[in-house]
Amino acid sequence: MKVHEYQAKEIFKKYGILTPKEKMCRTVDEVMAAAREIGVPCVIKAQVMVGGRGKAGGIKLAKTENEVKQHAESILNMEIKGIPVKKVLVSEAVDIGSEAYLGIIVDRTEKKTVVMACKEGGVEIEEIARQKPEAIYKVYADSLLGMMSHKAREIGLFLYDDPKIAFECASVVSKLYRLFVALDSSLAEINPLVLERTGRLIALDAKINFDDNGLYRHPDVEAMRDRESEDENELLAKEQDLSYVRLSGNIGCVVNGAGLAMATMDLVKHFGGEPANFLDIGGSSSPEKVMNALKILLKDENVRVIFFNIFGGITRCDDVANGILQAKETLNIKHPIVARLTGTNEDKAMEILKEAGLIFAKTMDDGAQKAIALLK
Amino acid sequence: MSIFVDKNTRLLVQGITGRDGSFHTMQMVKYGTNVVAGVTPGRGGQKVEGVPVFNSVAEAVRKTDANTSVIFVPAKFAPDAVYEAADAGVKLVVCISEGIPAIEMVKVVAYLKEKECRLIGPNSPGVVSSGEAKVGILPGHIFKKGNIGVVSRSGTLTYEIVDQITKSGLGQSTCLGIGGDPIIGTKFIDCLELFAHDQNTEAVVVVGEIGGRDEQDTAVYVKENFKKPVFGFIAGKTAPADKRMGHAGAIISGTAGTAAEKIKAFEENGIKVGETPAEVARLIKEHFG
Repeated sequence: MKVHEYQAKEIFKKYGILTPKEKMCRTVDEVMAAAREIGVPCVIKAQVMVGGRGKAGGIKLAKTENEVKQHAESILNMEIKGIPVKKVLVSEAVDIGSEAYLGIIVDRTEKKTVVMACKEGGVEIEEIARQKPEAIYKVYADSLLGMMSHKAREIGLFLYDDPKIAFECASVVSKLYRLFVALDSSLAEINPLVLERTGRLIALDAKINFDDNGLYRHPDVEAMRDRESEDENELLAKEQDLSYVRLSGNIGCVVNGAGLAMATMDLVKHFGGEPANFLDIGGSSSPEKVMNALKILLKDENVRVIFFNIFGGITRCDDVANGILQAKETLNIKHPIVARLTGTNEDKAMEILKEAGLIFAKTMDDGAQKAIALLK
Repeated sequence: MSIFVDKNTRLLVQGITGRDGSFHTMQMVKYGTNVVAGVTPGRGGQKVEGVPVFNSVAEAVRKTDANTSVIFVPAKFAPDAVYEAADAGVKLVVCISEGIPAIEMVKVVAYLKEKECRLIGPNSPGVVSSGEAKVGILPGHIFKKGNIGVVSRSGTLTYEIVDQITKSGLGQSTCLGIGGDPIIGTKFIDCLELFAHDQNTEAVVVVGEIGGRDEQDTAVYVKENFKKPVFGFIAGKTAPADKRMGHAGAIISGTAGTAAEKIKAFEENGIKVGETPAEVARLIKEHFG
């Protein structure tokens, strides 16, 4: 799960990381009031959860009240990478001395938490990783003891020559690490970490992503979820213990298991079709779950054919069959359905579905090809 | 011969009295697995499918000499279940539980380093050595004794590929799912190291997916160290970036971890990649004539 910059900064503040004076606003009037309170010049920043806001014109410095109004109007009316801007952050203008990068992730290869630092801030870290990976300084936390103070100082001393600033930076590293672990983050990033000319270290931008698997123990984080910025059907699916991602094609796929669901999309594409979605109904699925899955799938008006690819293990094919029958009756499904049901209780499933007017397939190749043929 | 589990496996089921635990205990017993004990704190003295239940792993190990454990407890309790098994001297732990936070797994992995205990998973469907033992939730009927090793990040996709291999007339030595999470106990390379020395394994299928760089590292390892033929499949060619595709580990971050990048790494390092699961089976069949 992702949160906005202004939300990440609220968390930073709670953990004692210095951030600029700022306020989240939804309207031009709110922006004007906030600018008066914070002082002009100030910076107006679009709050959308995509990278490249600056390049897209979503971050502007306003030197006069007039400019505050102009920028507020333009940013609140803009779309960034297709996402409409509904909120902006009005932020104190900071006198930038130098910019650095500080970020924490869980390194999958090393199976450890790693703090990454770079003397160049404000640039996307992926970009630096590609172009000059040697510029990124990595320090691994001890998995059982955490981020030791001397390792935090090591990072501070890498970034700053002045020991006083380096040790202040070490304290920022420790705080960032503390919140990363405490909140089950998957990414916590300060980019840029700014050293002001006055000598203060301040987090000019903030990004925190959360591990979905950890959300159950952080209701306060879950409460920060911006439902407007997420796909409503993906959220609905999640609440029903399904996993759904919408794509742009017209063959709706219903599959058990994430790997097989991806392989099914790929197979549809392989034979010249376009998958409409990723949909994993998970293990031990009840007829009700199949119903819920179809309800979500059918909200996508592009879907013209439905392709069931079920490899029964814990999932019983007869449960899926009953779900299809119930859905056909109660949801009045007109779409042709291609069903490939194999494994546990497949014979029972065939018996249940023999009068249901489905198109049966023996293998997933066969199913994908039949689904595509129906579009012609 | 096989890897991880075999006729000598003395299996303990943690969470044996739960819905999944009891159902799969039945399935594992049916397959012929030597299930010697179950553990559910507070349920000691009961029996599930004829298997005695104990209050702690330590007691179960003391009384039954269990050497392998499979975990069916909810994610919230799963890390402690792993610690308990490791502390009791269990040598192999297979964790089926899904949904453990990555930060907990970082600790689990570090703790196990100090112990002589291997973890497979979490979010693993388990391990099957054909005709010898089945540990986990993989459906037993699709396996046939043979010489192909299969290692995968997925569950049902693995069944699909195993099924195709079986239907092509070949069989499997050992097949396992290493788990769909970002932080897992056993990786592809760990499995290949064991397959390399397994006399009954003549070829290996590596089933990967988007996210991370485990497949890329594996490809380099295969080229430099692995003498047996390796076949590959990668799921997620049509997956969009920055979207979690079911598995917590199946996510393309920006431009890293795409299927195209993994397929390229496989092909450049001598791993034959099937475009579809059926093609994987076909490639293996062709290789063995």
